[in-house]
Amino acid sequence: MSVEQQYIDLYAQCEAMICTHSSEILNSARARAFADFKRLGFPTRKQEDYKYTDISKCFVPDYGLNLNRLPIPVDPYEVFKCDVPNMSTSLFFVVNDSFYKKALPKSHLPEGVIFGSLKDVSEERPELIAKYYGQLADTSKDGVTAFNTTFVQDGVVLYVPKNVVVEKPIQLVNILRGDVNFMMNRRILIILEEGAQARLLICDHAMDHVNFLATQVVEIYAGENTVFDMYELEETHTSTVRLSNIYAKQEASSHLLLNNMTLHNGITRNTTEVTLAGPGAETHLYGMAIADKNQHVDNHTFIDHAVPDCESKELFKYVLDDHAVGAFAGIVLVRPGAQHTNAQQTNRNLCVTRDARMYTQPQLEIYADDVKCSHGATIGQLDENALFYMRARGISAKEARLLLMFAFVNEVIDTIRLDALKDRLHLLVEKRFRGELNKCQGCAICK
Amino acid sequence: MLEIRDLHAAINGKEILRGINLSVKPGEIHAIMGPNGSGKSTLSSVLVGNPVFEVTKGNVTFCGKDLLDLSAEDRSHEGIFLSFQYPVEIPGVSMVNFMRAAINEQRKYRGLSPISASEFLKLMREKRAVVELDNKLANRSVNEGFSGGEKKRNEIFQMAMLEPKLSILDETDSGLDIDALRIVAEGVNKLKSPDNSCIVITHYQRLLDYIKPDVVHVLYDGRIVKTAGPELALELEEKGYDWIKKEIGE
Repeated sequence: MSVEQQYIDLYAQCEAMICTHSSEILNSARARAFADFKRLGFPTRKQEDYKYTDISKCFVPDYGLNLNRLPIPVDPYEVFKCDVPNMSTSLFFVVNDSFYKKALPKSHLPEGVIFGSLKDVSEERPELIAKYYGQLADTSKDGVTAFNTTFVQDGVVLYVPKNVVVEKPIQLVNILRGDVNFMMNRRILIILEEGAQARLLICDHAMDHVNFLATQVVEIYAGENTVFDMYELEETHTSTVRLSNIYAKQEASSHLLLNNMTLHNGITRNTTEVTLAGPGAETHLYGMAIADKNQHVDNHTFIDHAVPDCESKELFKYVLDDHAVGAFAGIVLVRPGAQHTNAQQTNRNLCVTRDARMYTQPQLEIYADDVKCSHGATIGQLDENALFYMRARGISAKEARLLLMFAFVNEVIDTIRLDALKDRLHLLVEKRFRGELNKCQGCAICK
Repeated sequence: MLEIRDLHAAINGKEILRGINLSVKPGEIHAIMGPNGSGKSTLSSVLVGNPVFEVTKGNVTFCGKDLLDLSAEDRSHEGIFLSFQYPVEIPGVSMVNFMRAAINEQRKYRGLSPISASEFLKLMREKRAVVELDNKLANRSVNEGFSGGEKKRNEIFQMAMLEPKLSILDETDSGLDIDALRIVAEGVNKLKSPDNSCIVITHYQRLLDYIKPDVVHVLYDGRIVKTAGPELALELEEKGYDWIKKEIGE
């Protein structure tokens, strides 16, 4: 029996149950997604885009799913001690794949801004959600997106109306909770109308020591002149699989910053596809991964320069210790006519041990002749001369290595435009390198 | 303070030091001169524990301890300091963090608690003045983008911060203009005390005009072939090394 078969059977049996506990808009996309999933299956290493991570294998173990939407007995506001305190965010939770509605805090969001359950909002504002849901996340091209669209029942919507600026950062914490091995399929839909501005921090936390598999599909619509920052921070454990696909479309003169930081994980695959669809749009993709033991981090990015006069900047840095495996593939496509494109891509990696492995694959496809495109990729070790210089000043070999590794990833942390988060990350990264961040820090239950 | 006995050292199996004997007492300044490739920098590297070199024979005691038994960091903690001929750039590590780590590790070794933030800043300010090091440099990454002269001044600044018993200046004068040379030399002289000693490795008499040595050694082909008073440096400046080679029969 193929890996897919158990999920195909599951869907055939439970379709009604899945639909009952979701909304019409989410349900209307299922049939096609299911057909696509049956055709595509899960990605395997035979596919170029998934060469370094065997997704199919991740789905082999048996996971529980909460299709009946039974309430999970947890009050995140009680058990979750934020890892980024003093940040004064508007804080929300998704427990497994359900938006947590009980005991919602008093909303600090400006009028007209929506942050809430995808299921609920798609029932209350069907005209708004129908216009955007599933428009970017093409189920016919990616097996994980097709799977997610088939099974998803809830998630989160962020909607910022025209010219509204959300000053206070919004924080969303995904809590993975389960007594048995558990799978969750969540969805995030972000809509910024013309001139809107917002900042979102998403943290992934695994609360229990069981195997988790989380799929996530994020769609971001950035209208003209919008400014949107999204920071993702993963602090799960070694038995967690995270498969995240982000699809973003930017209109003219929009500014998008996506920063994905893997501090502690099991197997992680992040795919980010950005389409620069209006002139003057600017995108910044940053990422950092710190991995040891048998951790696996794969970032795959695709930037589509579809129109002239757009800018993209990418910087990804990995520090791999023990037997960790890292992969980075970055495709930049400059379409015919996309003149005056300015695209920069950098991927730098440190392999601290001989057993750590890094695969890096920059890929530029340029079909316009008046453009500025650059890419650089390096894999190296810590600088022996620098290490000795520090030791000669009395700094122990261990501390010297730490300072160098810290300096290495600092470049990515410095791109963060939220000071409280930046300060906190300096601390978390230091703890991580010192081996003090072996498990999720944020949950009272873990302590 | 420092006793070197019949020291032999090699790199990649090639013997560079072939039996060094040297004794440095507290308060003394020793100059080591010699032609290129004679082993001067190897000697300084071996003394601070650079793992690239392998000691094949001999022993070194420093203040009664077996120096060769200590790790590079512990040699620093015990009070040995090398002013590098080629200071290393460390992008992303700020001078402040670097110096604080160095000071605190030294304090830890000596059983002291970490230095307070205000004390540390005061110390930095005070020692910066010794070599007229710009505050801007102190806020940058270690040696990154520093000019040759700034790097050497930064070495002496670190020496001032760590207050070593024995300082080894490895061609600290190379690449310095006249003004920088004077500042660096004055810095070294300000740090001088009857208890600490200094080994100055140089090619030129010029530096020794500022830092007056008590003893001058000539290192040639991995051995110290001549030792005399400060007048030897002048003689070498005038006559070169050929007469010494003749004297030892080569």
